[in-house]
Amino acid sequence: MSTSAAPVPEGPSGVGEGAPSALQRVFGALRAIPVVWYLTIVLWVWIAAINPLFAEPSGFLAYLKQAAPLAILAAGAFFVLASGEFDLSVGSLVTVCVVVAAAISDGDPSKTWPVIALLFVIGLIVGLINGVVTTIFRVPSFITTLAMLLILDGAVWLYTSGSPKGALADNFREIGRMGIEVPVIDQLPYSVIILVAIGAFSAWLMRRHFGRQVLAVGDNDRAAALSGINVTRVRITAFVLSALSAVIAGILLGGFAGVTAQVGQGLEFEAITAAVLGGTVLGGGRGSVINAMAGALALTALFSWLNLQGVSGAFEDAVEGVIIIAAVAVASYRLREGS
Amino acid sequence: MTTSTPPVAQHPGPAAQGGSQRSAASRFWRALTKTTTGQVYLALIAILVICWAVVAIKGSNLLTIDSITDMLIRSVALGIVAAGQTLVIIGMSLDLSVAWVISLTSIVAAVVMDGSNGNIVPGILAVLAVGAAIGLANGLIITKLRVNPFIATLGVALIIQSIIESNWDGVVEGVAKGFENSLGYSEIGPLPIAVLLLAAVYLAVWFLLRYTRFGHQLYAVGGSEEVSKLSGVRTHRVLITAHVICAVCAAITGLYLASRLGAGSPLVGTDGGYDLESIAAVVLGGTYLLGGRGSVLGTLAGVFILAILDSTFNALEVNAFAKDVVRGVIIIVAVAAYSFRAKGRRVRKIGAGPAATGNAPQTQTQGANA
Repeated sequence: MSTSAAPVPEGPSGVGEGAPSALQRVFGALRAIPVVWYLTIVLWVWIAAINPLFAEPSGFLAYLKQAAPLAILAAGAFFVLASGEFDLSVGSLVTVCVVVAAAISDGDPSKTWPVIALLFVIGLIVGLINGVVTTIFRVPSFITTLAMLLILDGAVWLYTSGSPKGALADNFREIGRMGIEVPVIDQLPYSVIILVAIGAFSAWLMRRHFGRQVLAVGDNDRAAALSGINVTRVRITAFVLSALSAVIAGILLGGFAGVTAQVGQGLEFEAITAAVLGGTVLGGGRGSVINAMAGALALTALFSWLNLQGVSGAFEDAVEGVIIIAAVAVASYRLREGS
Repeated sequence: MTTSTPPVAQHPGPAAQGGSQRSAASRFWRALTKTTTGQVYLALIAILVICWAVVAIKGSNLLTIDSITDMLIRSVALGIVAAGQTLVIIGMSLDLSVAWVISLTSIVAAVVMDGSNGNIVPGILAVLAVGAAIGLANGLIITKLRVNPFIATLGVALIIQSIIESNWDGVVEGVAKGFENSLGYSEIGPLPIAVLLLAAVYLAVWFLLRYTRFGHQLYAVGGSEEVSKLSGVRTHRVLITAHVICAVCAAITGLYLASRLGAGSPLVGTDGGYDLESIAAVVLGGTYLLGGRGSVLGTLAGVFILAILDSTFNALEVNAFAKDVVRGVIIIVAVAAYSFRAKGRRVRKIGAGPAATGNAPQTQTQGANA
């Protein structure tokens, strides 16, 4: 860290204008890499050193499979955060998806696809309501989505009266648990395929008009509106994307977690944490969706690392808290140095 | 403005003793109808009347002395946290750690008092010190390390959570009987002592905001940290102070809940949902979530509104889960109503401003519609 800080003053001062040495260029390139990737890679290497299984394809894919729901949620959270808003309702939406799917299909495989379609409709409606109330009725999104959290949680408990009914069909659960048989790596989990697809789709979206508009709206919604961006539409779309990501995460989580009314508890904070760990700036206007997803990979790796270290469940939270604060502090330090 | 003057002229009759030209009554009326806080209180009265009517139709009475006392007592815990939360939100910050601070301090109270009346004062001091230390940590992380308040206080909450979970896993006995009897359950005249505590906290915070340099600077920092820094405000010091007071308020709530339960509990804060609920009360009270505007008296009204709704739901025997749904809807509707009015005001102001610059208003309206 201390060595890489050395070239910093030279960049802005114009000394490097002539010909930066190869070393400086290497340092410059290294500095351009977001902190989250260093964190992720250090954790990966460390975990692999303790547990060699992790370095094998099957072990690593198992880790990715475990990280997929959170990474997908982080991608959804990114769009909302980058547009300058919050979405606290995703955790309860995940719960709604799992509970509703179990209650309606009740283990009947033929209903799986209609149920999944229904879940997407629910997600669409929740996202639209979040977006419309926030933009058109001008309720701060923190409050809108907090109330949505209350409403969805209340609805789940009301619907299930405390203990969820029914069961998920086997072919529904396979989406989260199983994969395609591939020669070299044994099994390529569906959730990893979905994760990669969503990562690619999000990155593509961020390179299109919509992505630029999201960042512009998050940076300064007034300026964005005056330059002709339909701020309302951009923000509503962001909320819909976030809600849809929660539906996908819910479908995957339904596969390996049981049907309980607590499946999604706390996921909203974890998703925001992951996005922020990935350099997304709360308040909007800055960030990259791939880095946000990397934040989720880092967070999941952190949990596995803590497990391997034999850190007890209670202490795990403290380490998580410290690391999040430290990562954001480093990121904001670098942001100040850079600008 | 001009239309409201004639009726005002008729008021001085009864209130002429006030001495000034504009009578106290008319000033009060203006405060009630023209300020956000006043309107929050009008909303509070409207909600009270509606709830009273609904409960009356069901054949019971919402406004007996007993149930009013009950509502007040229920407001104490949330009210004190919300007062502190108001300060940090006005400063454009946020404290998500309050629920865990409440749990931790309730335990600290039990541990330090250790069942003996002689330890009440050390217990109280220890609780306040713990609260102040956590608030200081929050404030330093947010200002010096420049970590977003949302993440900073969430991180601190996680740390406190694990301290609690690794040391205590159930109710912690030990709150002194004398303390339980005095703060928790005794009354002075008709008023429970706890309600007086609530009043004292609100009076103190109101005074801070209205009459001290700290209060004025806090509004400035919340309005624009950059501008207030450039005009010589020590912004970090102001924000750190706000966070310390907020955490101390949470600690007082922890103390109060410990006295009510007669014990410390690792879950008393989170079960009450004091983190998000206190923010909801602040916003319901008309404080602007993005800082710089708001009043602690509005927050008190917000707390009362939540308590009235709670009592009404109980009287109507509404399902506990349906309660959450209804409460969520009401919070959204209330805040939407405030921001609609705020939007109306803003548009008018904008319309008046750029009128001189020709076609500017057209783009402005487009912006407002977008």
